[in-house]
This record gives sequence, C-alpha cells and structure tokens, in this order.
Amino acid sequence: MKIGVFICHCGENIGRTVDCPRVSKAAEWFPGVVHSVDYKYMCSDPGQNMIKDAIREKGLDAIVVGSCSPHMHEKTFRKAALDAGINPFLCEMANLREHVSWVHDDIEEATQKAIDLTRMAVEKVKRNQPLATIKVPVTKRTLVIGGGIAGIQAALDVANAGYEVVLVEKEPSIGGHMSQLSETFPTLDCSQCILTPRMVEVYQHPKIKLMTYSEVEKVEGFIGNFHVTIRQKARHIDASKCTGCGLCITKCPIRKKAFNSFEEGMAYRPAVYVPFPQAVPNIPVIDETVCTYYKNGKCGVCVKVCGREAIMFDQQDKLVTEEIGAIIMATGYKLYDISKKPDDSFIKGYGEYGYGKYKDVIDGLQFERIASASGPTSGEFKRPSDGKEPKKVVFIQCVGSRDDSKGFSYCSKICCMYTAKHAMLYKHKVHDGEAYVFYMDIRSGGKMYEEFVRRAIEEDGVKYVRGRVSKVYEQNGKYIVKGEDTIAGMPVEIEADMVVLATAMIAQENASTLAQTVGIPYDKYGFFNEAHPKLRPIESTTGGIFLAGACQSPKDIPESVAMASAAAAKTMVLFGSDMLEREPVVARVNELLCGGCFYCRKVCPYSAIEVREIKDRNGVVIKEVAYVNDGLCQGCGTCTATCPSKSVELMGFTNEQIFAQIAAL
Amino acid sequence: MTEEKWEPKVVAFVCNWCTYTGADLAGTSRLKYPANMKMIRVMCSGGIDPVFIIKAFERGADGVLISGCHPGDCHYNAGNFHARRRWTMFHQLLEYLGIDKNRLQFSWVSASEGKKFVDVVSKVVNDVRELGPFKGYKELNSEFTAVVNGLKQEVNKAEAVNG
Repeated sequence: MKIGVFICHCGENIGRTVDCPRVSKAAEWFPGVVHSVDYKYMCSDPGQNMIKDAIREKGLDAIVVGSCSPHMHEKTFRKAALDAGINPFLCEMANLREHVSWVHDDIEEATQKAIDLTRMAVEKVKRNQPLATIKVPVTKRTLVIGGGIAGIQAALDVANAGYEVVLVEKEPSIGGHMSQLSETFPTLDCSQCILTPRMVEVYQHPKIKLMTYSEVEKVEGFIGNFHVTIRQKARHIDASKCTGCGLCITKCPIRKKAFNSFEEGMAYRPAVYVPFPQAVPNIPVIDETVCTYYKNGKCGVCVKVCGREAIMFDQQDKLVTEEIGAIIMATGYKLYDISKKPDDSFIKGYGEYGYGKYKDVIDGLQFERIASASGPTSGEFKRPSDGKEPKKVVFIQCVGSRDDSKGFSYCSKICCMYTAKHAMLYKHKVHDGEAYVFYMDIRSGGKMYEEFVRRAIEEDGVKYVRGRVSKVYEQNGKYIVKGEDTIAGMPVEIEADMVVLATAMIAQENASTLAQTVGIPYDKYGFFNEAHPKLRPIESTTGGIFLAGACQSPKDIPESVAMASAAAAKTMVLFGSDMLEREPVVARVNELLCGGCFYCRKVCPYSAIEVREIKDRNGVVIKEVAYVNDGLCQGCGTCTATCPSKSVELMGFTNEQIFAQIAAL
Repeated sequence: MTEEKWEPKVVAFVCNWCTYTGADLAGTSRLKYPANMKMIRVMCSGGIDPVFIIKAFERGADGVLISGCHPGDCHYNAGNFHARRRWTMFHQLLEYLGIDKNRLQFSWVSASEGKKFVDVVSKVVNDVRELGPFKGYKELNSEFTAVVNGLKQEVNKAEAVNG
C-alpha cells in the first residue's frame, strides 16, 4: 500500500510550535509511506491540488493529512481524495493543531507528539477499507401521530406540498385540547372558531388519510422506510353508512352513566356519542362499557332509529399497516390530575387544595369549559356545586410546576398567560366579581403577552398576590384560601366561591410507551427528546422522526403551530430526493464468527440488529446470526464492545484499526 | 532510559461527539496541558472495548483515560450508560490483573468543557507520574520468555533423545 503524508503548517498556527518539516521527514520513514511533504496551507486550493497531484503521480492508495481537527476539514480532504480517484474513506487526519500546537508550548515535545499522532494515523489508514456511502430509498408518505392543533398544522402543510399524509388520532375526533378552549390569549380569539375550519380542511383534503379512534401499535423499519401498524378501534358504527344525523345520540336511553371527558367530567354523555358537536369526523362511537346491549343483549334503540342501518354491535378492532417515510410526533400534553394519588413516586400531590374533594375547586381546562359558549353552562359563570355565580374566584398558579419537593421542576410555560386570560374572561362576564391570582413569578415572554397580563391587572382589576397558598378548606359554604403575600410580608386569607388551579402540563398518558414503540428517547418526565436543544429542536435523535408541539415540552398554540410547520418542512427536506445518502460508519457482522447470542441486540439503542437465518442448500436453517440494518444503525459501536466473539466491527473504527493505533504509540 | 528521563505515556480513548470536541475546544481556547497524552478517537464511549485498555498497557502505556459524554447526553442515547456499567465492573477487575486502579481513569467531558478536559488530563498525567512507569507487562514478558525458553530447551532435549 502506498501512503502519502501531508503536513500542514496552518500558516503559523501549527508551524510555530511544531517543526513541520521534521514531522514530514520522520513520516518518510514510516513503513508504507512513499510520499511525505509539508505545506503552509493544505486546505487551500494549491494545497489540495498538491494532494491530488501526488495521488495521481505517485499512485497513492491512501493519504494522511496532519492538520486541524477532523471536525474542521475531514470533508475537504476526503473530497480531494475522491476527486483524485481514491476512495474518500482512505483518508485519515492527524489533529496537529487543536490537539498539539495550540495546547503545548515546548517545540521539542510538540514535534515529538505530532510525529506520534501522524504515525498512529498512518497505521490506522493502512487498515482502512474503501467504503461507499449508504443509499436507501424514501417512501414519500408522512405519518402524523396526534390530531391536535400541532398534528393538524403539520398534516396540512405536508399535504399541501403534495405528499400523502396519514393522520392518526386516538380520540373519536381530531381537535385536541384546543377544541376545548374558550378563548385564546393574547387576542381573545374564539378557539373553536379558528380551529374548526382547519379540522374540516383536514377531513376534506384529498392527500390526508384521517384515522380517528386509532392508535399506533407497532413501528418497524427506519428513516424513509417505516412500516407502521395502526389499530383502528371498533366504533360499532359503520363509518361508510353513517351520515352523522345524531338520532342515535338523542334517542340513547343511557344518559347518565358516563362522564363527558370533553367537558372534563362536568357533564354526562350517552352510551353512543360524539365528543363535541363540531367533531370531525362527525361519526359517533358506542361505548361498550356502559351500553346496555353489551350487558344483556337488550335495548338496541339506536338500531331501530338509524335509518341507514349503520349500527354494528359486532364490529371488531382492525389492524392496518401503512408504508411511511417520515413520522411527526404531535401527541400533545395532558393536565396533571392532582385529585388522585399520582403513581410516580416523585410526585406527592396537592391534597391540601382539596381538588376532587370540593366540587368548586377546578383545574384550568374545567374553567375553559365553564367559560366556553358551547360548554355545560353555555358560557355563563356558574360554579359546579350549586350553579350559583361565583363572586370571588381565586386562581392558584404553579400547581405542580416549578416545585421540586412535590411536583415537577420545570415551568409549564403557559399557565401565567392562561390564568391572566381566565381572570380577564371572568371579570368581563361578572362585573362585580373579584379575581385573585396567587403567583410565584409572572412569565409572560412573547409578542403582546406582557401587555396582556398588564391589561388584566390594570384595566380589568385582577388582583395579583405574590405568594403560595398553603391550604384550601370549606367553612360556612365558602372556600377559605390561606396563603402568604410575600411582598406585603403577611399571611392572607380569602373567602372564595370558586378556586381554579393552574395545574402543570405533563406528558401525555403512555407517552413513554409510545416513545418506546416508535423508538425515540424521552426525558424523565415523559416528554420526547430533541436531537439537539439548540440547533436541532425539531428532530428526534432517530432519523426521520420529528417532533411538534407540547409532546416535546410545554408549549402554547403559536409555538406548537410553528414547530408543526417546521416538522412539516423537515419531512419535505427528506422527501426532496428519491434516495437518502449517509456516511458508511455502521456496524458489520462477520457471519462466520457470530454465535447468535444477540447480546448486541440488547445494547443497540436503535434496534438496528436483526436476525438472519443461515440456511444450507436444502433450505434448512443451520444457525441464526446477527445482521445490522444500515438504515437504522447510527454507528455508535456499542455492539462491538459487547460482542463476546468479536464478530461485529464498526466500519472506519475496527478493532484492527484501533489496535494498530495503540501499537503505534 | 534512566529514571529522570522517564515521561509517563498516557492513552486516552475518547468519544467523537463530546470529549474529542471538548479537546478541540481546549485547543481553540489555547489552554495548555501536558503533551504526554495521546488520544484515540472512537465514535462512542460505549464502543470502547476493555481489551483496548489491556492492549494499551501491554503496548507500554503507563496510564489510560476513558472519556465520553455526560450520562444522559449521549449522542447515541444510551452508549455511555453501557460504558459506565462496563467500566464500573472493569475497574474492579483491574487490581486483580495487577494494575493500580489509578492508572485507569474515567471522566465525562462534554463538548463545551475545554477547561475540564485540561484539568482531567493534567490530573491523570500527574497521578501516573506519581505511580511511576508501569512494568507489569514487561515483567510478565520476561517471565513469559523464560518459560518459553525453558520449554524450547526441553523440546530440544526430547528431540535429541528421540534423535
């Protein structure tokens, strides 16, 4: 093998502390080196031409460039190698700048180290194998998981760009939490008025396949080539026949057995129902757990009234598989339910606020439903216990958020804003009412956000008290809120008619299970992890899976929408080419050596190890060996260190290469 | 080589994403550390085989440093968790092999911790300098050679007898 060594002075950056001519002279004597030179700027055009000419003239098989960090110029020199006709992966770099000249003062020491590093690189490059970039085809279809505002936005953006979308929503209707909201900050737009047109657009879009009442069951494959299994839960209604007339809903005799989850448990719903009047699709669902038919086979009123014969009591769950190229996670959040004892050991709950014990202690989403014109009170402020108009309402912020001792360490971000909105909405309707807000800090960063909070305080007269509430208890039909005003430095007691808790936004139920199904990492709270907190906030670390909205961390509507559009743009980047190219730093299995223990499978963070059956000529399986899927493997090499028989190697960093480097020390 | 001239030889196995980049940052920030340490880049600390360390000691290293991303920050999600478990166990075995535990050190250095990298390297080099040259394998080698020579003689004798 003929190796060329090129030592760069980097102007004076390397040359000042490393005697470059001496390094290149020393390199001439390394076994295999046939050509060794030094030059002022190797990365410059003349420098690169020098490399290319040497490769062509001397017939070099591999090159070592002693210059800066490979993170800086590896691509440059690999390109030069390619241009001169050798495989780009037969180029190695010795880091003589960041790791030598810039960190050492003594010329003798630095030069000696530079020689050693160059020798190590030469020994490594001798064992480099020519590699080819990996090309994988792309299926240009997107799966969006979650049909809230983020999922809707992402689906519409991708579909409008001309690519097919499968939108999966676990509830019977899309719309998510935004459809429950009354008005939105800071403009006080009616939430449903701005959302429902988009829901209809999704439903009617020719490129969007909407699958409601469905859940993702299994995800296999890799970027550009996912195979997704989706469970379509049985609605017990034939969607192709149902016209959405709603007769079954009005005639169903089971009226008070199930709480309406859309109304946050403040109303009942029949056994056959749509979550809310504007549901998309407007096709009801029969709740097996309360329907009389499933108890004793009787009733069947809905069957009698349905003129279209759409009721199907015997309908079963259906598994559908879809071929997908990119996945957008938009599963959203839920509110921390403080009524029951939380199962996570690190959350202790807030029993002292009496949520679940007193009917008039409610959370933010319940307040939204009370304030909403389509809610259980038709938008009139009536408290849940006796339907009276509350004259004094206390809002408590940071219930569960920013609380290391009892709740979650993070800030839920939107509570300051929606509490200001709640207090404002209340004051707009109950002019003689009083609204108190207990807060820790007001965090109102965002366009027109701070102004909105000031408006609540200055124009609408909402009283802000800085401090925590220690206890809420009932006395003579009033709720006594005991807290502290830390600015006045004294305890406060307020006799309230209603208490609203701004409970923390937490990860969706089963978010971690879904993350494991899909194969993306999540943090200790269950929020999905982004690939890089600053520069790759949209991508998960798994290729081809993107994040949108509050499934990544608490977010408000504009942020969720922005993130959804960004995720849509990311999928379009992926779909911009027919084949995907990536660096060939992947693991390879020597099938002759592999004993089939599959320890590698257990440690692989990407589920990239598959089982391959080795058959003899009669088709009988002789043994099972590990097989690395190039599309999934990201090249960490954890399998190589785990393999007991050393039959798996990381391309570009093989054991042989590393041993050679050690030997050359 | 006389004792005064002896300089410790330290090998570092570092991950591409955190510690190697952290070392680059140390360079960019023009921080100084001893030149005794040479780095071998791997993609992830999870891919560092204990055999590499043994091999380094065998090939004359006086100390070894292993460094990767902080637990939880791994570029590959979980590689450094595997590494951490592996090293906790391997460290226990080291004394059994007759190697002082201080000759093998682990640390987590992120891409933004150029200063920490310098501190870690300086500490390792100082610790190894205090321990002195590592002779374990050299002694073993001479022992091994003696055994082999002994065997050879016996074989020769046997051959002579069998003629």
